[in-house]
Amino acid sequence: MVHLIAVFPFLAFVINILFGRRLRGASAWISIAASIGSFLLSVAAFQGLRSGQGSYNLGTWLTIHGVPLNFGVLVDPLSVMMLLVVTIVATLIKIYSVGYMRGDSRYSRYFAYISLFTASMLGLILSDNFVMLYIFWEGVGLCSYLLIAFWFERPAAARAGLKAFLTTRIGDTGFLIGIFLLFFATKNLHFDHLGAAIASAGPQEGLLIAAAILIFLGAIGKSAQFPLHVWLPDAMEGPTAVSALIHAATMVAAGVYLVARCYVLFMAYPVCLQVVAVIGAISALMAASIATVNNDIKRILAYSTISQLGLMMLGLGVGGYTAGTFHLMTHAFFKALLFLCAGSVIHALHTQDIRKMGGLLPHMKVTGWTLIIGMLAIAGVPPFSGFWSKDEILVQAWSGHPVLFGCAVLTSLLTAFYMSRLVFLVLFGKPRSEFHAHESPRTMSIPLMILAVLAVFSGFLGSPFLHHAFQKFIFFSPEHGGEGGEAHPLNYSIMLLSALISLAGIGLAYVLYIRQNKILPEGLRRMFTPLYKLLLNKYYIDEIYEAVIVKPCLAVCRWLSGFDCFVIDGLVNAAARFFQFLSLAVRPVQTGLIQNYVLIQVMGVVVLIVVLFFGIAGFSRVG
Amino acid sequence: MGILTTLILLPLAGAVFILFIPAKNSAWIRRTALAATAAVLGTAGALVYCFDPTQPYLQFVEKVPWIASFNVWYFVGVDGLSLGLVFLTALLGLLACVASFTIERRQKEYFIFYLILMAGMLGTFLAQDLFLFYNFWEIVLVPMYFLIGIWGGPKREYAAIKLFLYTLAGSVLMLVGILALYFHAAPHTFDMVELAKTSRGFDLPLQMFLFLAFFLAFAIKVPIFPFHTWLPDAHVEAPTPISVLLAGVLLKMGGYGFLRISFPFFPEAARTFAYPLMVLGVINIIYGACVAMAQEDFKKMIAYSSVSHMGFVLVGLASLNLTGWNGAILEMFNHGIITGGMFLLVGVLYDRAHTRELSRFGGIAAPMPVYAFFLTVFSLASLGLPGLSGFVGEFLSLLGAFAAAPTMTMIAAGGLILTAGYFLYIIQRVLLGPLNPEAVPYPEINRREIFTLVPLLAITLVVGIFPELVLRFQETAVTVLMHIVRRG
Amino acid sequence: MIPLVFFVTISLFLFCVGIFGVLSRRNVVGALMSIELILNAANINLVAFNRYLGPSDGLGQIFALFVVAISAAESVVGLVMVITIYRNAKTIFLDKFNLMKG
Repeated sequence: MVHLIAVFPFLAFVINILFGRRLRGASAWISIAASIGSFLLSVAAFQGLRSGQGSYNLGTWLTIHGVPLNFGVLVDPLSVMMLLVVTIVATLIKIYSVGYMRGDSRYSRYFAYISLFTASMLGLILSDNFVMLYIFWEGVGLCSYLLIAFWFERPAAARAGLKAFLTTRIGDTGFLIGIFLLFFATKNLHFDHLGAAIASAGPQEGLLIAAAILIFLGAIGKSAQFPLHVWLPDAMEGPTAVSALIHAATMVAAGVYLVARCYVLFMAYPVCLQVVAVIGAISALMAASIATVNNDIKRILAYSTISQLGLMMLGLGVGGYTAGTFHLMTHAFFKALLFLCAGSVIHALHTQDIRKMGGLLPHMKVTGWTLIIGMLAIAGVPPFSGFWSKDEILVQAWSGHPVLFGCAVLTSLLTAFYMSRLVFLVLFGKPRSEFHAHESPRTMSIPLMILAVLAVFSGFLGSPFLHHAFQKFIFFSPEHGGEGGEAHPLNYSIMLLSALISLAGIGLAYVLYIRQNKILPEGLRRMFTPLYKLLLNKYYIDEIYEAVIVKPCLAVCRWLSGFDCFVIDGLVNAAARFFQFLSLAVRPVQTGLIQNYVLIQVMGVVVLIVVLFFGIAGFSRVG
Repeated sequence: MGILTTLILLPLAGAVFILFIPAKNSAWIRRTALAATAAVLGTAGALVYCFDPTQPYLQFVEKVPWIASFNVWYFVGVDGLSLGLVFLTALLGLLACVASFTIERRQKEYFIFYLILMAGMLGTFLAQDLFLFYNFWEIVLVPMYFLIGIWGGPKREYAAIKLFLYTLAGSVLMLVGILALYFHAAPHTFDMVELAKTSRGFDLPLQMFLFLAFFLAFAIKVPIFPFHTWLPDAHVEAPTPISVLLAGVLLKMGGYGFLRISFPFFPEAARTFAYPLMVLGVINIIYGACVAMAQEDFKKMIAYSSVSHMGFVLVGLASLNLTGWNGAILEMFNHGIITGGMFLLVGVLYDRAHTRELSRFGGIAAPMPVYAFFLTVFSLASLGLPGLSGFVGEFLSLLGAFAAAPTMTMIAAGGLILTAGYFLYIIQRVLLGPLNPEAVPYPEINRREIFTLVPLLAITLVVGIFPELVLRFQETAVTVLMHIVRRG
Repeated sequence: MIPLVFFVTISLFLFCVGIFGVLSRRNVVGALMSIELILNAANINLVAFNRYLGPSDGLGQIFALFVVAISAAESVVGLVMVITIYRNAKTIFLDKFNLMKG
């Protein structure tokens, strides 16, 4: 039954792609119905898991060296949690899209793609081995490509889609090699088998470490971690609802899910965990700092996603399996909320520049208040959901990782700052340009409200009030050195610190943007001009890639093309010319005059007669 | 008359029939050609249906003395190595025949040559006597020469002569190899089954010499860098259906030659040359992808992508293990299907725009959504998107190669990124962006063109999801062959 | 009886005249006639040797008849070609034709 969770949206995709033009408006509801069906089945799977129903197998995809690669369905706490999150968020986003995409010329196509997107993500969650996961993993990448480039008439959108696919493809290739290595070392690719493989690894430890890091490379690409994060901000060219789906539930969550899924592997080798943590910390800080100066409402959110994903990686990297996955869940809700709010604002104003907004709260009450809730959640203000999950990560980092802890704290501070900057500039103050803001239609505002509720309350699942229900549900089994579902003793000082940091960030933004009511305070600007420029240009990473990788690569291609044309093919043609030249030398013999030929013939006969009668030596005598 | 002989004779019968139809009566010429190719596909389908996948040896064998004094036999048979390619030939033969209906000049001669070409290709895959094999191998060249030289593009004569001479140069060395084999066998024979047994006992230097003699012929057909330059010229000049057969079937003759002759005949030499072969394969992948990236001509780009994809076949073959070989054979089949589709799609666009310059297109996804759908799916299959058939072959080839040469495989995997790069670049330049003002809104892809693409699309999807469907036909044969190569 | 060498000499003379004619005549018809001379030289040889070496079976004579018949056919074909050439090129001089020049 559980596999139907992925099959439903896929069927919706097939129906929409084949009959979309005839279905028109109905295509959206088919897609939504499929999502709701998946959601109900996920709930059923959750119930089933509690009553002991587990994974099962559907069939065999391939057999390699007698090792079957199955269409296996993996049901465990982690996958069920992900199923629930993805189906809830996807359903809400689809409902939202009904309003957001109304009137688009490729309406049904949109719902086809987004259904496929959901189906791929659900398939990815349910895969029970690396190859299946890789297949859906690429499917997710494909859908993100299709959706980012959805408005393909805009060259920027087409470019962004290509960039997203190629950048993640770099990571994916690493992932694929990682799978090869793993297969080479353990002759098995099932997740269940990882623990046993590590136990019996022995001298092949090095291979497994390399495999883990290569697999993580795939996660870096998908989850837009440094240094492969460049695609995510550009991906904002897609429809906003798609951005919400990519950022909250499907695409980027896949990377974190992958790390969590093969956590046994990372846990076994501390060096791998360190890599994960360090990459996470770098991404978190870098993206957060860029977000503080950006002026595009969607890009700010995009960088905040990179930053939050970095935080999750950091959490996983310092041994916080539940912390990372918990934050993955809460983040899914509040980030979907934030993006949908942003979409609602863009829908109303037709601009994405926050410098042109301001004072929207009275005009758009639902959007405004839900945006504030989302902001408070991501900033980590108690008792909103972000607070609880972020706190878990901080607690984990505190035990033995002072530098990483510092990074996490700084990131929290920056997060609170840039998010409140966004909220203050968009909702408060005076309007900074001419616009006629209006609240969005019901289909858009209802999902906002539901997500706002989730953004407030989902954190309680992992809080002491509910006795750490989340941690008890999703835990890393102690036989591999995990914490075994035992909640930490509450660390009140860190809780307090975390809350204070959030408030400090919000306060700072309040001082700068509400009190002074300027887009950027002059004094600050003068003081930090170089830094400001550096941040505004996103550390020049795009430019560096362009100069160091893209341009040289294209130059090499062009050079090789010339080489092929002139050297390799030149040699072939030179060989032909050589024979042509030879033939030129003997060509004059063929005069075309019959009598010349006859003369030569007669002479030949004479020579033959002489030879016949006198032998070869006869020539000298005759001559 | 057995089923295999029927398979070879059907297109020839069609050709003879067309001889008697007046040249003006193009409707009947087309119908006859269509009937002949459809009959071939039907027979091939029956062959697949009757084929016993559990049996590793030749099936449907027919063996009749031909030139008794030289011990030459008419000996045909089919096994798991060739079954897929026979079916591929029959399928592409029918689809390319439908695509040939746009040919307007000298249809009678065109279809006669076309059918002879088909018979030659089928014969090459079915022949089990070296003399017969060589005959078919060379027969293919002749209609190909005329089909490109008469119905091709502006530089058709150059391309046709280049193709002919280049391949001929290779096969001459193969002829030397065949004769050497003939005279080294104790009772002189051309029987490939017998020869494979005797030649395994040859000492290494002789094996290496023979391996190299055959290698050149096959390397040019595959084509392996640096013997590939005939391919882009031939593809660019050839009419669309001929490009389909060229990429879909002719290139496979090289890979098939390696499997049928080079490896089982000279296992020791094969093991010696495995690593260089692997390196060549990797060069093919990377080099082909890089050069494809820089092309401005749509068709040339696809031609170079073939070079790159055949690199995966080579890498799989050179791995000398089961996974790699299964992957290589599957990749040959898939490449035929996918690249065949790609060339058909290029042809669709060329028929409307009369140009293949990528810069002249742009944004045509809006006026031609169905075309865009097909082009996108085939491009994605080509770049190895999991779930579509291209991935399975590449995955298995690389997995097999990884066990043999990890470093090389990692470099080859880098080719996956480049491949994705240029295929997405094609999509971007042709389909996406604002509508190019030079690209007048072309009419949408029509029913006949869709008909040629749908079977290929279906196979791409089905093989991608259920690769065992194809693999099970070849697995037993490959396993037996692998035993020979590993031990012999 | 006239000695055999007389016949052979005559035939040699005819043959040489024929060869000379083929090599030197510009006119295609002249060249064709010279070819006939060569054939007749051969005929004389056939008949003479038949008479002197094996008079009983007459094989050489029969062969000579064959040659006559064939040469007649050949000159028909040749003349047809000459006419065709003349119609196309308005000349029958051999040195004007070098279409096959390499």
